[in-house]
Amino acid sequence: MIDFRQKNVRSASATDVIVIGAGHAGLATSYCLNERSIDHVVLERGEVANSWRKERWESLKLLTPNWQSRLPGFSYTGDDPDGFMSMPEVIDFIQSYADFSGAPVRTNTTVTSVRQSGDGYRVISDTGEWQAKSVVIASGACNIASTPKVADSVPAHITTLTPHQYRGPSQLEPGGVLVVGASATGLQLADEIRLAGHDVTIATGEHVRMPRTYRGMDIQYWLDCVGILNERYDEVDDIVRARGLPSPQLVGSVDNRMLDLNRLSDKGVRITGRLMGINNDTAQFSGSVNNVCALADLKMDRMLDAIDKWVRCSRTDASIGPVERFERTRVASAPKLTMSLSDGSIKTIIWATGFRPDYSWIDVPVLDRKGRICHDGGVVDAAGMYVVGLPVLRRRKSSFIHGVEDDVRDLTAHLDSYLRATKPAMVASM
Amino acid sequence: MSAVLKAVDNGVNVEALLGARAALTEAPEAAKFVWRAESEWQNGTHTESTVQRFFGLGEEQSHVQEYSYDTDHPEIFASEDKGSTPIEFVLVGLAGCLTAGIAAVATHRAIQINSIKATIEAPMDIQGILGIDSDVRNGFDGITVSYQIDADASEDDIKALVAQSQKRSAVFDIIANPTNVTVEVNK
Repeated sequence: MIDFRQKNVRSASATDVIVIGAGHAGLATSYCLNERSIDHVVLERGEVANSWRKERWESLKLLTPNWQSRLPGFSYTGDDPDGFMSMPEVIDFIQSYADFSGAPVRTNTTVTSVRQSGDGYRVISDTGEWQAKSVVIASGACNIASTPKVADSVPAHITTLTPHQYRGPSQLEPGGVLVVGASATGLQLADEIRLAGHDVTIATGEHVRMPRTYRGMDIQYWLDCVGILNERYDEVDDIVRARGLPSPQLVGSVDNRMLDLNRLSDKGVRITGRLMGINNDTAQFSGSVNNVCALADLKMDRMLDAIDKWVRCSRTDASIGPVERFERTRVASAPKLTMSLSDGSIKTIIWATGFRPDYSWIDVPVLDRKGRICHDGGVVDAAGMYVVGLPVLRRRKSSFIHGVEDDVRDLTAHLDSYLRATKPAMVASM
Repeated sequence: MSAVLKAVDNGVNVEALLGARAALTEAPEAAKFVWRAESEWQNGTHTESTVQRFFGLGEEQSHVQEYSYDTDHPEIFASEDKGSTPIEFVLVGLAGCLTAGIAAVATHRAIQINSIKATIEAPMDIQGILGIDSDVRNGFDGITVSYQIDADASEDDIKALVAQSQKRSAVFDIIANPTNVTVEVNK
């Protein structure tokens, strides 16, 4: 019943579902909602594939090969299935998907608040308001570049950049660069900055080492075959850890090169332990670099063992190459524990220390004490609210472009049942 | 062939540890512990230190008894050698922490341990503590821990136990990473 005493009733458009974000996950959700004839609108703060357009460095290519690039009802059809998409190609791929699916996207519409209202949600944006029974959050996993507390202690004369601010080596002033973090981001940036002639140090905490190709096939082929990519979130041993893992040390390149700390060492990059503190303008590194490298080597070998076992049990294809093992990560006998930040040797620090989503606009109590959204495989702890496109959301592959389809199919099925169950009896009997 | 999961007994109550982990995830305040030691100078370079009480799980706690330790220096430093050097105590702490971790992780991974022995070596140039050369630090040049482990597991699985133990070791972290130290003088 409408309450006529309600004050400040602003006009709001009504729809069943609001999808927030028109990246690959939001568009895939829209496609699956269309399949079910569920009325919805996709709100996008900028353009389709906005983060890919504005928040990626120039040389970045997808970590997954083209043959793996697929979304519900759509897949790569180009002539280079083993290649890796550049950012313009990713943007084109996602824009083509939006055009193909006819998703009802409202671009340049920034959501400023989502709150519970009536039997659903009030979604407030800078261009209007919506009342929806359900909300799907597809606003991305990497909105904010995380920086450690120690970032506050960096001397003012040093330039600091997050991966969102970094475009390429030409933007750096001459001189030494400290790259903090050994994920795909950290290694890729250290590699290209070193190649551009800078003195580079990379501070290395726990990381995930992975060869680009193994036994003649791309590693993604094996992760898929062995079933690692399809491992479900409720089967993973430690889901909090799995969701927080740094991205594997991979790069998409024409020469299929393996990007690891040994390659960086060969190019003259200095490897230190994790950046633990800055004291009197001196950076302090952990003495645990041997162990984090040993952990990564052991874990990589376990993965390769699993692949070998799968090959033995499942196929005897002659085209599969021989078993390979890779050189242990080489660590200097006494890696540097400290480094002066005041003697002019370091001009730039790059924080490759991970990303996190921005949920500052969610006015529904669904965030935990660390600001993470509480959900069970994408079903948020608030009726009718869903989240898609986060790492290991429902499967190990969830954060990959090709990984979103299975998640979105599961979640739109759940959403469909939710809408049916909450449909008012009066309407149902009409 | 039927797979029989062998019961593993390393004397570590892993269920209790996992239970504590789950409980403290829900109540992070209870995870805040304070460790304490008290010490009293005896004579020369000989000091006696004791530990018994600590704080954790939201309240004062106690060991089953008071433990007492003597630290001194060896006779070549013209001391009476009433106990190990404080430096050696650091190595004792590291060995105790890493080895406990290995046993705990092994139990969690259903690996039966038969024996764990470690040798620790920590070179030090004492020109630092004697103030001879200010370029030489007071502390160790480095620490090398060598484990000999007999367990019902592959070589890589044993290496993984040792790696995981380092990853979760408090003393390893204390030694490998900087810690702010505040020393006050009270009347």
